[in-house]
Amino acid sequence: MHVIVCIKQVPETSNVRMDPQTGTIVREGVESIVNPFDLHALELALRLKEQRGGRVTAISMGPRAAETAIREALSMGCDDGLLLSDRAFAGSDTWATSRVLSAAVRKLAPFDLVLAGVRATDGETGQVGPGVASLLALPLATYVSSVLELTDGFVTVERLIEEGYESLRLPLPCLLTAGKEVGFPRLPTLRGKQRARRQEVVHRGPTDIEVDAARVGLAGSPTRVTAIERPTLTRTGRIVDAARIGAGRAAAELADFLQEHHLL
Amino acid sequence: MAVWTLAEQAGGRLKRVSYELLTWGRHLADGLEASGRPAELCAIALGARLREEDLEELTERGADRVCVAESPGLDPFLVEAHAGVLEMLVRWGRPEIIIAAATTAGRTLMPYLAVRLETGLTADCTRLEIDPDTGHLVQIRPAAGGKVLATIMTADHRPQMATVRPHAAQPPPRRPAAPALGACITRVDVPDGLAESPVEWLALRAEQAAGAAVQDAERVVAGGRGLKRAEGFGVVRNLARALEAAVGASREAVDRGWIGYPHQVGLSGKTVTPRLYVAVGISGAIQHLAGMQTADVIVAVNEDADAQIFQVADLGVVGDLFEVVPALVEEVERRRAAREGDG
Repeated sequence: MHVIVCIKQVPETSNVRMDPQTGTIVREGVESIVNPFDLHALELALRLKEQRGGRVTAISMGPRAAETAIREALSMGCDDGLLLSDRAFAGSDTWATSRVLSAAVRKLAPFDLVLAGVRATDGETGQVGPGVASLLALPLATYVSSVLELTDGFVTVERLIEEGYESLRLPLPCLLTAGKEVGFPRLPTLRGKQRARRQEVVHRGPTDIEVDAARVGLAGSPTRVTAIERPTLTRTGRIVDAARIGAGRAAAELADFLQEHHLL
Repeated sequence: MAVWTLAEQAGGRLKRVSYELLTWGRHLADGLEASGRPAELCAIALGARLREEDLEELTERGADRVCVAESPGLDPFLVEAHAGVLEMLVRWGRPEIIIAAATTAGRTLMPYLAVRLETGLTADCTRLEIDPDTGHLVQIRPAAGGKVLATIMTADHRPQMATVRPHAAQPPPRRPAAPALGACITRVDVPDGLAESPVEWLALRAEQAAGAAVQDAERVVAGGRGLKRAEGFGVVRNLARALEAAVGASREAVDRGWIGYPHQVGLSGKTVTPRLYVAVGISGAIQHLAGMQTADVIVAVNEDADAQIFQVADLGVVGDLFEVVPALVEEVERRRAAREGDG
């Protein structure tokens, strides 16, 4: 079977710092990583390959530097990597990104499954997976927590929703967005790393995947970021030092506070 | 001109968020009106057999119209069936704006629909306004791990679509029912084959753990690395019980296997907007703060006076959580018992 995994390179968010003067994000020295949820999607793809045989293709849209993300996927055990990199793609919103990725996936047919992380930790929208499924008219399950069964022609999954775990049976090919519970991502092996270094990562632009360059990238994106402001994060909080006044008095102050706010 | 809200249902009953969306929708309809563009607020309700009283409640809470489409294929939620019916409704009704809840259903349906309609969508907005000059929807959402607020516009495409966080608004007050109420509820026939999905719904395994519904909880008590080991969560659970709160956790606590992933609050877990959030032994990494900083009241207990969590806390207690939290549980129970004694 052929599994395609859509991945994204994101800044390591725990390191994101703000310039207090300008209110902008400090980009220098911020490491780029594979979106953590996409690592879970890759892990799921590799486990399915181990069970069923076949191959796994990792694809990503991004700047040339995102080749590192593809190489990481290869070093984990993916068979092929494809990077969609072109100036025409820059500034794509989730709609335009869905368009680019779906065009690329179409070119990679035949395939049985398309996987993606539930969302990326930078944009935090979770819109691209469903967008790709919609454009390709693929049956869709989001927030997948486990694959219960994969048989010829069907996959049975559980997904985590507000009320609990819901199970669905989807015909193949279909698209799943993977949450954390699908499996802890494996680390690249030394052999995998060596192989990934040697392997060619295919680069593709708009003409290769037959998308109209005017309908992708910033120009083709329906949404525009028109302003960025710094939120007022800090609350005018009060601090109680329990070490000084004792746990009992600190607890009483806490209870007073909760009562003042009608929470007790 | 119309502003649409997408009601959510389970087993024929509308969820609370369906009413919350009317608060957002009314604000936008008023904004359009103020900019000289009179707009109708319309709640869309899709399901198999929706409870009549719930549909009426939508009108009592401010919907000018309720548009109902019923078909066996619309319950339980499957995205292909819902998107099929909604796409038909949108092409017929041509709304200016569509707002849905940023729930697992809303965050699946809206992007699926938006690409079909070739229009823009903004996820997880914390504020929505109408630009008084252009009448465009001004969509504001946290970005870059909650570090900045981005303003996003969909100027040239219609409808303008956005999701908003559940619990970020209260439902509008219920007005006494008007006499000709039934007139506001429009039923739409679903053509054969439209409310269908190739996906088969099998079962729902309800998560029994008390804290599973952390996202919907009015109060959350969450624990982090400061609990030191899995047993440490006993302290958090006791306080949650005393405060009638759900149990949450930081990523660190979940990654260490002390508690299940459904409890995780933060960027890679759930976003919560409860009335009260108590952070116990949580340092306050950005990824955690992004999931809870919109809570009404935040209380933090941590040993480290420099912990980042104190920057977002309304009340912070610096001290040993294993002393302070049990003392608080005792205090809460004592006060509650005293009050019940009075009553």
